[in-house]
Amino acid sequence: MLKIEDLKVAYGGIQALKGINLEVEEGKIVALIGANGAGKSTTLRSIVGLVKPYSGSITYHGEDLSKIKTKDMVRKGITLVPEGRRVFGNLTVLENLKIGAFYRKDEKEIKKDLEWIYTLFPRLKERTWQQAGTLSGGEQQMLAVGRALMSRPKLLMMDEPSLGLAPLIVKEIFNIIQQIHKEGVTILLIEQNANVSLKVAHQAYVMETGKITLQGTGKELLTNEDVKKAYLGESVHG
Amino acid sequence: MSFELFLQYLTNGISLGSLYALIAIGYTMVYGILKLINFAHGEIFMMSLYFGFYGVSVFSMPWYISFIVAIGMTALLGMMVERAAYKPLRESPRITIMVSAIGVSFFLQNLAIVLFGGRPKAFPNVRLLTEVMQIGSVSFQRLTMIIPIVTVVLLFALLYLVNNTKTGMAMRAVSKDHETARLMGVDVNRTITITFGIGSILAAIGGIMWGAKFPQIAPFMGVMPGLKCFIAAVVGGIGNITGAIIGGFILGIGEIMLIAFLPNLTGYRDAFAFILLIAILLFRPTGIMGEKISEKV
Ligand SMILES: Nc1ncnc2c1ncn2[C@@H]1O[C@H](COP(=O)(O)OP(=O)(O)OP(=O)(O)O)[C@@H](O)[C@H]1O
Ligand SMILES: [Mg+2]
Repeated sequence: MLKIEDLKVAYGGIQALKGINLEVEEGKIVALIGANGAGKSTTLRSIVGLVKPYSGSITYHGEDLSKIKTKDMVRKGITLVPEGRRVFGNLTVLENLKIGAFYRKDEKEIKKDLEWIYTLFPRLKERTWQQAGTLSGGEQQMLAVGRALMSRPKLLMMDEPSLGLAPLIVKEIFNIIQQIHKEGVTILLIEQNANVSLKVAHQAYVMETGKITLQGTGKELLTNEDVKKAYLGESVHG
Repeated sequence: MSFELFLQYLTNGISLGSLYALIAIGYTMVYGILKLINFAHGEIFMMSLYFGFYGVSVFSMPWYISFIVAIGMTALLGMMVERAAYKPLRESPRITIMVSAIGVSFFLQNLAIVLFGGRPKAFPNVRLLTEVMQIGSVSFQRLTMIIPIVTVVLLFALLYLVNNTKTGMAMRAVSKDHETARLMGVDVNRTITITFGIGSILAAIGGIMWGAKFPQIAPFMGVMPGLKCFIAAVVGGIGNITGAIIGGFILGIGEIMLIAFLPNLTGYRDAFAFILLIAILLFRPTGIMGEKISEKV
C-alpha cells in the first residue's frame, strides 16, 4: 500500500533521515519505534508532504506521493494524527470532528460516522459543545484520533498517540486502534511505548538516528535482545 | 448641552463608530489568520472611494451600480495584494511580511497619486443618502441612520459566516494552525484569499459610506482612518471580530464625545485614538475581548 524507498531528509545541514526503506501492507498494523530524535515524525511528515525529502521515493498504491499536496492527502485516504494532538483549541469538540470530514460531501454518512466516534469515545459526546482547548490531554488525544477517523482514512498514521497519557487511557487508545484496524483501516503507528505497540503490530521497524536498524514482526522484535535492552527495559517480558 | 444636541452628537458618534468597525474587521481578520498587521488596509479603503468616484463621475454609471462595481474591484485588489505581496512570503519571518505590507501601503498611495492625481476630488453626492431628515428637533442626514443599519446587518452576516458555515470553520481552523488545517483537507491559501476578500469588501462598503459622509477623497486619506481602525482592532483584542466591532464603536463615539464635551480639545480628536491605544497597552494589552490562551501541550 505504502512504500518508502531510500528516503533522505535534511533540515538545513542536519541529516534527519539517511535513506530509509519501509513498507506498509494493506490491512496491517505497522509500528515504527525509536528514541527521541530518531526521525520518526520526520518520516510521517514526509509522507504527507509537510517535509520535502531531497532524495528517495514515497509511493501509495504505486502513485508518487511527492506530487500530491498535503491538503489532498486525506482525499487519497491518508490521514495523519500529528504529534502533540494539535486539536483546534478555538473550535468546539463537534467542530473538530466535523473538520476531520472537511472534504466529504456525504452529510448523511458524516452523521453516522459522528455517532460511531461518539460510541468509540463516549467522553467526547459529553463534551460536544466544549472548546477543544479546555479538554484534558487525554481527551484531546481522543479527539485527535476521532477527528482523523472522520475522514474515513484508508491509511491512518499516528504519531505517538500515547504520549503523556495515563496507563489506563493508553490501554483505551490501543483498544481503539485495534478496533479501527478491524474495521479495515491500515495503521502506521509511531510509539515510544514499544512494549504495547509491538504487541499489536504485525510488522515493526526500529529507527535510530535516521536509519532503520531492525525490522521484523511485532513478536520477533518483542523478544529481540537489543530491542529489549534499548526500548523495553529490564523488567518487561515480551 | 441640550439633550437634542447630545443626541445629535451620539448619532454622529455611532455612525462614525460603524465605519471604524467595518474597517477594523479587516485588520483583525487578517491578523487572526496570518498574524500579520496589514498596513495596506487603509489604502484598500482609500482605493474603494476612488473606484466609486470613477464609476459615477467618469464612467457616468448610476451610483448604485458604480458602488457595487467599486466593492467588487476593492475585493479583487485586496486579494491580489495578498497573492502578490504576502503569499510568496508565507514561510518567511513575520517581520518580512510586515515590511512587505508597509511597502504595499506606500505603493498604493503613490499609485493613487499617479493614476488619480494628488489633488483632492469631490465624492459624488447621492441625494438619497445625504438628504437631511428631521425627527423632533433632531436633524440629521439620512446616512447617519443608514450607516449603522447597514453595518449591523453586515456584522451579523459576518458573524454568521464565521461561526456557522464550513468556510467560517475553515477560517477559524487556519487561524489556529495552518499545517493541521492542511492535513484535514482545508485549502489554506484559498481560505486566506477569502479572508482578504471579506475584509476588503467591508472596507469598501465602509469607504463608500465614508465618502458619502465626508465627500472629499485624496490619495493619503486612508492613512488616518487606517491607523485609527488598527487601534480599534487592538483595543478590542486583535484577532477577535466582536472585539474589533466594539473597538470601532468606542473609538468613533469617544472621538465625537470628546469634541462634544471638550470643544476646545477638538484639535486633538485624532490624538484620542492614540491615547486610548497607550492606555489599553498599559492596562490590558490583550484588548477588551482578547483572552490569554493557555494551551495544553
Ligand atoms: N523543523 C526542524 N528543523 C530542524 N531540525 C529538525 C526539525 N524537525 C526535526 N528536526 C531534527 O530532525 C531529527 C529527527 O526529528 P524527528 O522529530 O523526526 O524525531 P522523532 O523520532 O519524531 O523524535 P521524538 O520521539 O522526540 O518525537 C532531530 O534531530 C530533530 O532535531
Ligand atoms: Mg516525533
